[in-house]
Amino acid sequence: MEILVLLVILMIVGAIIAVETSNLLSSIVCVGAVGFLLSIAFLFLGAPDIAITQLVVEIICLIILIRATISRDLTAVSGDREFFGLTVTLAVVLAVAVAGILCLADFPEFGKSVMDRIADPPTASSQYLATGLEQTGAANIVTAVLLDFRAYDTLGEATVLFCSILGALAILRKKARRRTEEETEGDA
Amino acid sequence: MIYALCLVLIVIGLYAVVAKKNVVKIVIGLAIAEYGINLLLVLIGYRKDGCAPIMSPDMDAVKFAATSVDPIPQALVLTSIVISLGVLALMVALCIRLYERYGTFDITEMRRLRG
Amino acid sequence: MNDLSTTEGMSLIVKTVTRWLKAFILLFGIYIVLYGHLTPGGGFAGGVIVACSFILLNLAYGQRQGMKAVSLNVAGEMDSVGALIFLAVALSGMFVAGSFFANFIETGEAARFKLLSAGLIPVSNIGIGLKVGMSLFLVFTILSAMHVAVSGSERKMIRRGEE
Repeated sequence: MEILVLLVILMIVGAIIAVETSNLLSSIVCVGAVGFLLSIAFLFLGAPDIAITQLVVEIICLIILIRATISRDLTAVSGDREFFGLTVTLAVVLAVAVAGILCLADFPEFGKSVMDRIADPPTASSQYLATGLEQTGAANIVTAVLLDFRAYDTLGEATVLFCSILGALAILRKKARRRTEEETEGDA
Repeated sequence: MIYALCLVLIVIGLYAVVAKKNVVKIVIGLAIAEYGINLLLVLIGYRKDGCAPIMSPDMDAVKFAATSVDPIPQALVLTSIVISLGVLALMVALCIRLYERYGTFDITEMRRLRG
Repeated sequence: MNDLSTTEGMSLIVKTVTRWLKAFILLFGIYIVLYGHLTPGGGFAGGVIVACSFILLNLAYGQRQGMKAVSLNVAGEMDSVGALIFLAVALSGMFVAGSFFANFIETGEAARFKLLSAGLIPVSNIGIGLKVGMSLFLVFTILSAMHVAVSGSERKMIRRGEE
């Protein structure tokens, strides 16, 4: 699909700008643009659930990143690391690129979904689509997969989110309490 | 062809993680690599001219199973997007703490590992 | 919450628009959570939208007044309640129907495509929406309480090319 190729090329341009620019605020705005284009690409790929989630999560990511960096004076970035050097960077990037290109040969051709590669016995996706409404009663098959057929993965994901937020709060707790205590003392 | 473009996006994010000095740039690179990976997962489940995996009352179940896109990569990508948000919050909390402690975002100045 | 002075928070236009819009954003988030089994959305997207409405309140009115709607303790409690609802759904499946996460509320064919269909799925959606929304609001509040704590002689400027 041509519109999809155009969207991914725009995302690549936005990503290059985000990585190379020296002003931190500009690079955060470019990351936001890449996220919005990704949400539109998800709409063209027939995934409205993910498009909504990606849009609102992108907004929260932007808010968190801007809150962290906006009031600190550091806006100049001083180039590349010296101890990794140019050769190690190129080696790592080339290794991943070559491994990715070798994997590309195994992918299904674009437009033929991965669940069509095996026709008999029917794959799990075909069975979920055919019997999802009768077995769970939910019209949204993605929700049925997330919360009924594969609910254990959702439990794992809720646990991961809980622990990461707990870690973020534990890291920032001491200063925050001191700051809000100063504020309430100032008011009283 | 579009898989190769997706791989370029992942490699750009990885390059930013490996080669940049500013710790906020490293976080941004990781976010871009995550976007690329989520896009790749949804791309392999796409069926040409397929409909979204949501049933309406007038659809026949067998015809729906033959024309819809794959729902399992979509469920996993939904999980992955929310997890990447939690990990980004944790990384940004670490960046703020590092700034408190060393006064800079530059990782080459943070070599002294005192407690 | 009706203090429209511009000493803290944002300007008067932002405060007025927030005062009208915050209920609509919250209602939209709750709609996406509740109808997650019929239309696109679900617990995660709806929970993030609910968090966005409280974050908007905090951003527009400043930290001190924004915390009167949802304080930190209430957010922490509701976060844990959401996680416990989800876990209770999982364990109740095990105790009532024999396997972990079994959907034991049977709905017949007449109840499809309506709001109260799909067994335990809406309950799980509510639990997850509550949990995700309150977690994100909590992390944003703690992050923004920190951002003015770094000032003075601890900051350092790095110029380009200087090592």
